[in-house]
Amino acid sequence: MRHTISVLVENKFGVLSRISGLFSGRGYNIESLSVGETIDPQISIMTIVTTGDDQIIEQITKQLNKLIDVIKVVDFMEVDHVEREMVLVKVAPKKEDKTEVLRLAEIFRGRIVDSGPKTFTIEITGDEKKIEAFVELMKGYGIKEFVRTGKVAMAREGVKKA
Amino acid sequence: MKKSGAEILVECLKREGVKHIFGYPGGVVLNIFDTLYDEKDIKLILTRHEQGAVHAADGYARASGKVGVAIVTSGPGATNTVTGIANASMDSVPIVVFSGQVPTMLIGNDAFQEADIVGITRPCTKYNYLVKDINDLAKTVREAFYIASTGRPGPVLIDLPKDVTAGKTDFIWPQHIQIRSYNPTYEGNKWMIKQAAHEIARAKKPVIMAGGGVILSGASKELKELAEFMDIPVTMTLMGLGGFPGTHNLSLGMLGMHGTYYANMAVQNADLLIGIGVRFDDRVTGKTASFAPNAKIVHIDIDPTSIRKNVRVDVPVVGDVKLVLKEILKILKEEVGKEQWSAIRKSWLKQMEQWKKERPLTYRYDEKIIKPEFVIEKIYELTKGNAIICTEVGQNQMWAAQFYKYDKPRRFLSSGGLGTMGFGFPAAIGAQFACPNDLVIDIAGDGSIQMNIQELATAVINKLPVKVAILNNHYLGMVRQWQELFFRERYSHTYLDVVPDFVKVAEAYNAVGLRATKPEEVEPVLREALKVKDKPVFMDFVVDWREKVYPMVPAGASIDEMLFEEEKKEEKKVRAVK
Repeated sequence: MRHTISVLVENKFGVLSRISGLFSGRGYNIESLSVGETIDPQISIMTIVTTGDDQIIEQITKQLNKLIDVIKVVDFMEVDHVEREMVLVKVAPKKEDKTEVLRLAEIFRGRIVDSGPKTFTIEITGDEKKIEAFVELMKGYGIKEFVRTGKVAMAREGVKKA
Repeated sequence: MKKSGAEILVECLKREGVKHIFGYPGGVVLNIFDTLYDEKDIKLILTRHEQGAVHAADGYARASGKVGVAIVTSGPGATNTVTGIANASMDSVPIVVFSGQVPTMLIGNDAFQEADIVGITRPCTKYNYLVKDINDLAKTVREAFYIASTGRPGPVLIDLPKDVTAGKTDFIWPQHIQIRSYNPTYEGNKWMIKQAAHEIARAKKPVIMAGGGVILSGASKELKELAEFMDIPVTMTLMGLGGFPGTHNLSLGMLGMHGTYYANMAVQNADLLIGIGVRFDDRVTGKTASFAPNAKIVHIDIDPTSIRKNVRVDVPVVGDVKLVLKEILKILKEEVGKEQWSAIRKSWLKQMEQWKKERPLTYRYDEKIIKPEFVIEKIYELTKGNAIICTEVGQNQMWAAQFYKYDKPRRFLSSGGLGTMGFGFPAAIGAQFACPNDLVIDIAGDGSIQMNIQELATAVINKLPVKVAILNNHYLGMVRQWQELFFRERYSHTYLDVVPDFVKVAEAYNAVGLRATKPEEVEPVLREALKVKDKPVFMDFVVDWREKVYPMVPAGASIDEMLFEEEKKEEKKVRAVK
């Protein structure tokens, strides 16, 4: 199963290495990882997407909690939440396809963040399905470059598990 | 008045109650060593290798329960500590290691004797620090001792750049330590504790499996009370030996790969297994799929990651073993009387006796050649079970675990998790500093002792009466045993062609060297050694190289699939251990 886990950590040097070292040292898989400061500059938040059976995920969350610099671990599998990821796609459509590409970007609520004689750079934000769908469509028009931020997630307000 | 970083460090160590430091000097720790030169309250013990220093600090911690301390220089000094740190980490031993580092402005420049020791030791420490600002020094030391000794204990490393120890600042001792992201769970969950108590009350064939956690949390008394109150047999892991008295009639001795027949049979036939302060290591469980197949498992441990890591658990209790056992006992005592138990357990305990009779721990005594087990038995007899026994790793370690009975905790110091050859001798030195009035004996092999033999100098200079019993078979015996059993007797690189004359080695260091080549010489050599009070003694016991450790569970097998020594028809004398 794929899990999105958010990890609140002390914003100290070496913390990222402790977390990634835990995953590599114990043979856990990281699909994506994003890190950033929170409102409190002493604290960072990491969002990690990982896969494993229940026993592995249980170990991952316990092992994360055991790290001295980890303040809190949330496995979003257990929580109603929103997930977002951003991608930048640079496409080089043929002249006749340009309008179509722009139209598709609009349908997906993408933004053109750069445009040149040959290429458009489109920014798309959304959940995984939306991004996958958009990327699939763009493949037909010639993707030149592609980069994604990795997922971030947040629990919805006031949701308690029944 | 401003103090130098080195002075602040030493002042912090004093306030932490440190009396002994094991260390080795070098360029970037000169300021620290210079400060220690005039220090009256702290003794620095110069080892002959940094690995020895860390093992000594480890042995000191294991024997005393206090935090062990080592100080080494940067680069090679620091990297030489890695084995010692990993060893302490696997066995949850509280130590704090200080490593020197090149000045902060040179870090990352590949300076002379620079190594990223914080990076290197990240996976094998409980936590580690690089102190970049002298004003953080006191707080860091305080935190390090706190982290090392609380929760599930472990090693902490502090990397000290030269400019931090040389610089000056005001000394401020933090009164309280609060780390928001570090809050070990001591009190077990009430509901889980109740569940555990009820499972124990219901069980017809329960077994307690006690591990190192019992010793670390000082729960021997509670464990004994529980076992006796409920008539539950107790088996111990290697790390748990001494947590429950080995001579107690409820004791089944050690379980696992080289555990006793009756301990392994008890676990495999139990309807309830109570794991206390254990982590279900593969050397204990054998094939996990068929481990304790009929038992519900109650698992008490302070480290939540130990639970359900290797085996399924029915009732997990995260908490300090001592506190949890107290709670369980309270429930059992208040809710039901003792009489009921004895009746239920009678047939189960009888079964134990039968297994013990069926296959006791044995070896074949020989009149011509010394059997290694015989040496251990003699040591046990002459020390009346009162010595602190350290071991190296391999056959010597297993025989020391099987044939010496440990009645008290912190009397058996052995590298359990990492299996570090060369651990025992420096650990014995550390233990002797921690317990100057106790008899400390390292049970070694001729392979292992050569891995840290240089520490003989440390023992001689400090007039330590540490005894080393070398079971000399000219082989890396445990590996040879596997080659004999599983690799068609192809003894690839396990024969130690040249073994030094250990008597001469001892004498060269101005220690005492003794040798026994025949069984009748064993006792006189031991008696002679025990008389020596101001020097280390090497006892070279030339033993039967064919001897193997039995019972043995082959790798990947269930723990009831044990191999035993083949019976010989002409055999007359089979000696059983009392």
